[in-house]
Amino acid sequence: MADLGLEELKKIMRTCGVAESVDLDGDIIDTPFELLGYDSLAVLEIQGQLEQSHAVLMSDDALEQTKTPRQMLDFVNNLIMAGA
Amino acid sequence: MTAVITGLGVVAPTGIGIEEHWSSVLAGDTAIKPISRFDASSYPVRLAGEVREFDAAERVPSLLVPQTDHWTHMGFLTAEMALADARIDPAEVPEYDMAVVTAASSGGTEFGQREIQKLWSKGSRTVGAYQSIAWFYAASTGQISIRHGMRGPCGVIANEQAGGLDAVAQARRMLRNGAKVVVSGGTDASLCPYGLTAQLSTGLLSRDSDPARAFRPFSEDACGYLPGEGGSKLIVEDAEHAASRGAGTPYGEVAGYAATFDPPPGSGRPPTLRGAIENALADAGITPADVDVVFADAMGEAGADRDEAEAISAVFGPEGVPVAAPKVLTGRMYAGGAPLDIVTALLTIRDGVVPALPEDWEIHPGYRIDLVRGAPRRMPVRTALVLARGYGGFNAALVLRACGT
Repeated sequence: MADLGLEELKKIMRTCGVAESVDLDGDIIDTPFELLGYDSLAVLEIQGQLEQSHAVLMSDDALEQTKTPRQMLDFVNNLIMAGA
Repeated sequence: MTAVITGLGVVAPTGIGIEEHWSSVLAGDTAIKPISRFDASSYPVRLAGEVREFDAAERVPSLLVPQTDHWTHMGFLTAEMALADARIDPAEVPEYDMAVVTAASSGGTEFGQREIQKLWSKGSRTVGAYQSIAWFYAASTGQISIRHGMRGPCGVIANEQAGGLDAVAQARRMLRNGAKVVVSGGTDASLCPYGLTAQLSTGLLSRDSDPARAFRPFSEDACGYLPGEGGSKLIVEDAEHAASRGAGTPYGEVAGYAATFDPPPGSGRPPTLRGAIENALADAGITPADVDVVFADAMGEAGADRDEAEAISAVFGPEGVPVAAPKVLTGRMYAGGAPLDIVTALLTIRDGVVPALPEDWEIHPGYRIDLVRGAPRRMPVRTALVLARGYGGFNAALVLRACGT
């Protein structure tokens, strides 16, 4: 399975909607999801979609370790590597 | 404490916004058409009153669209319109003074169907996280409360069509308990395969395929009702609060209300709609002669029509009060139906004109009610009675009265 890139993550984030004041094409990689308008349920939804698109299984504590887009990319890519 | 209605918001088959709805109702423009939200050609019921020209992507904040069902999308817009109509900016009202109580009878069926299909075809991990908050009856109330920062008491009433009146009565109780502004009313949307199939189980839906004949309440050939979707929101407000912020003359006062529950089928005891009417009039401190118009529940099923016609003529006398049934144009909108009737009743009071059914509407000769037909009837209206029944035996009656002289 190919690595998860930021553009692909943003595509999934867009399916959850975009807050009025937020530009996902700006410098967001280290901005907490919460400040981008995505609450914990939205992050769960994003994780669920990543599970499907990248054939990984997120643990219950993944929420704590995926607070920003960069953390999400690292977390998912580690899972992909571990599974390969 | 006097409860008044200071704002209205409508998303209905008859139109989006109160004036579009009202002009459709007065013109008698029916919204009953073949179901277009899904392919219903293989279903026994193929007609409905759908809300057309509603695009959630344009009318609902982007983050909220994927989190919520079509029924909540319409709920957001109706609430926003009603607040704007009342000229209330929720940011300027203390958050605990604002309450939300809506009616809902289907929950998020379309959303739920999508997720259930994923569950059974692709497995539990494919079910989206938002299913947890989108499907249940209180979702619209909760979302409206969060969006507008309304932290007073919140609730939902789930008893089908009667709930729309019960919610407004509950709003009045909340005002008595100290709330100042309540977002009330309701919407419903159940025009998806799962939602329609659930409705079929009552056996009360019309299987006629002629839009002009399929839903004929109070006629001799009544053969059931058609489903509709949408609804309205009402801002129910403490009259003193409305006056203190210079809200102008409200649309009307919530003057009286009562609810009853029918005995079980086969008990031999009569239905109790009449009691609901009499108790609502008593609650308003008026007599039948004070009521200018009745908005009927108009189920379109022979037994239910007879019960309602008998209840009305027993209280008001034979042909004793004009009766309107605008839901013929929209179908039965469940939790959204009675709130829309409240809007129509308040506009009837505002403009002094009672909407009519088509001229050729043949009323059952056994029903002694003055069903308004032909042209809308121009007459002064100060007091309107709205009736609603919910599947399973719920009856509710609400008295609306003009404010001022």
